[in-house]
Amino acid sequence: MPHRTFTLFILPAVVAMLLFIALPIVSVIVQSLFVEHEQVMTEVENCSPFGCTTELRVDTAATAEIREERPLGRFAGFANYINRNHLAFAQVREIWQTSDSLGEGWARLMNLPFYKALAFTLVYCFVVTPCAMALGFAIALGVNTLPRLARGPAIFVSILPMIITPLIGSLILFWMFNPQGILGASLQVITGDPTLSLRASPLLTWIVLLVYGIWTNGPFSFVVFYAGLQTVPGDTLESAMIDGASRWERVRYVIIPHLAPLATFVALVQLMDNFRVFEPIVGFSAEANATSLSWLVYNDLVGQDSQAFGSAASTSVMTIAGVVVLLVPVLIRTWRDFNRKAV
Amino acid sequence: MKLTLKAALALGATLVAGTASAECGIEAGSVRILSNDFEALRYINDGAMDCASDSVTVEANATSEHKNIQGPALSIDPAEYTVAVIANNSIVPLLNDGLIRPLDDLIAEYGQQLLPNQVISTGGEAMAIAFMGNGQHLFYRKDILDAAGLEVPTTYEEMLAAAETIRAQGLMETPLAASVKPGWDLAAEFVNLYLGTGDEFFAPGSAELAIDNDNGRLVLDTMRAMTEYMDPDYLTFDANVLNQLWDAGQVALMNQWGSLAGAAIGETADPEIAANTGLAATPSIGGNSIPAAALWWDGFSIASNISDEDAAASFQAMMHGISPEAVAANPTVATWLVDGYAPGDAAVGVIANANAGARAYPMTPYMGLLHTALSTELADFIAGREDADQALADVKAAYDDAATAAGFLQ
Repeated sequence: MPHRTFTLFILPAVVAMLLFIALPIVSVIVQSLFVEHEQVMTEVENCSPFGCTTELRVDTAATAEIREERPLGRFAGFANYINRNHLAFAQVREIWQTSDSLGEGWARLMNLPFYKALAFTLVYCFVVTPCAMALGFAIALGVNTLPRLARGPAIFVSILPMIITPLIGSLILFWMFNPQGILGASLQVITGDPTLSLRASPLLTWIVLLVYGIWTNGPFSFVVFYAGLQTVPGDTLESAMIDGASRWERVRYVIIPHLAPLATFVALVQLMDNFRVFEPIVGFSAEANATSLSWLVYNDLVGQDSQAFGSAASTSVMTIAGVVVLLVPVLIRTWRDFNRKAV
Repeated sequence: MKLTLKAALALGATLVAGTASAECGIEAGSVRILSNDFEALRYINDGAMDCASDSVTVEANATSEHKNIQGPALSIDPAEYTVAVIANNSIVPLLNDGLIRPLDDLIAEYGQQLLPNQVISTGGEAMAIAFMGNGQHLFYRKDILDAAGLEVPTTYEEMLAAAETIRAQGLMETPLAASVKPGWDLAAEFVNLYLGTGDEFFAPGSAELAIDNDNGRLVLDTMRAMTEYMDPDYLTFDANVLNQLWDAGQVALMNQWGSLAGAAIGETADPEIAANTGLAATPSIGGNSIPAAALWWDGFSIASNISDEDAAASFQAMMHGISPEAVAANPTVATWLVDGYAPGDAAVGVIANANAGARAYPMTPYMGLLHTALSTELADFIAGREDADQALADVKAAYDDAATAAGFLQ
């Protein structure tokens, strides 16, 4: 293809990516380096139906003047990144120096909002991704052996968790896990513990969220792997059968190697998806026991009075950085595969 | 025949609408209302919408997301909404950014119906008109207290003792409930109790946080002691869940919003529970005499970035919506602050709190930052994973960072 044609061909995509992906990221990065202006305060008397009190109030005219001059706010460098609500360098150093044991240090680290959220985000990412892929693969193998007539309905039922909006799906499960709900009540009967509640302890909450994650992410792997199964060469499978390979051996030595490139792709997409886990935390009202990086951004932006843009922006930038770090091994692998094939 | 009937009805409707807009006395303008979404506010919005005519348009958007959209919506010129229905806390960001206009002229011209205490003023300028009061107060089950031989508790210490008695007598395993879901509710619970101690949240004349004291620890210890008598799922309880638990007969004592009292004793509630539901002032804390709960007002403000004509039209439409006649037609849905209102059964608790000297939720510019810090940092404490000292230190650290980034602290 001539360079000119190629350029014209991809121009719309490049422009769209610049406008809708690159520019917003640049704006978020710039925003993360600023904090709000100093507020000019005056003392006033506030009166309401319940009496009068003397309180401070923002001098709007004076503050608006400062804002007019420099609309972005005060430049703060990396202050948004290293304060206690984010990377908390000062607090981490203190924990490192004064903790007596590893356990105590870990507990104190988990008391810092960013690290607490990061811990859950990573656990979610690395438990849900492989488990959901395994589940999806197992369903794909199962559906593939069904008679042709039964496949349609089976596929429909299998991808239901993906069709349901995540927030709705998590709310449905949340109510089922309620002690009066069908799952919660059954668990109480099975374990013989009438006070058992899956929403009360951090460990059980985490398990519920992880199970939910696997349930809702499984179908995506299923769809991709099922499509992949249709391309497995019948000849190879037949010769393996003639050689006396069992069903398991055929899966292990023929199907899995054939689907490996697909697995890389699924892992890539799922890791990115799971790193920005958010809806189940809101749906399950799990804020007390589990938070994620995306939840921190949300929490900054729906604050009581005003949005903490600087804080939200710095968490966003670190989330983007986290996604990049996660993807590096997968990208390296893809690059190697690509080179090998080129040779 | 059918057609004529329809035509007659349509004509009748036009006539009614015609007289209604004449009542409002608005000549022309556009009225656009943004409000929270609960029963009382929907009545007011409907009342304001009666003012619509050929030359006056009235629209209302009632949504629980109002707090998140009011800032951006009123910042643009002309503003997306002409009227913002607000409360003690949600007026603050609008005041901070100068997005609402002084109402003194409008009150002089169109506000003859208002009582003096309906006017919310700051620095001598009227900035909002309040029309209803609200607040969390005690709900108690008369039958359970009678069976246990208990009086209605007036202090938190008595409330804990009552819970122990009810449990010991086998009447209820988890007699207490509170809206302590991490987030807005949990923080509001702390603010209620801390106001009850009579202490201040901030050092006088500054944004310096001052809750790390014995009263702060007393509040936290009380909150934790209460959870001993709650369902183990208490971390997921917000105000709406509390009403469901109450209606299911699972709770004997709780502090709950006055605006939800009507639902708890109304026609849709379980008749047996509703008949046994009593409402009273919030218990006091730490030997203090005032109820440990914040008082709230709901009211409206007029946007700055709109024409004077629209502002006048909006003010008049809202005056029609909160007129004594409109309130008299819906006496049970809220604790109205409007002239001529006779309190109904559901208003007992809020009025008892106000009469006993409960304090109002502060209108301080940085109170919202403290509320946010409390809402996330008290989660570990209320779940029983850290002690009060650590919780207070965490709140201070989170608040200091947020207040510095917002420009309130150096």
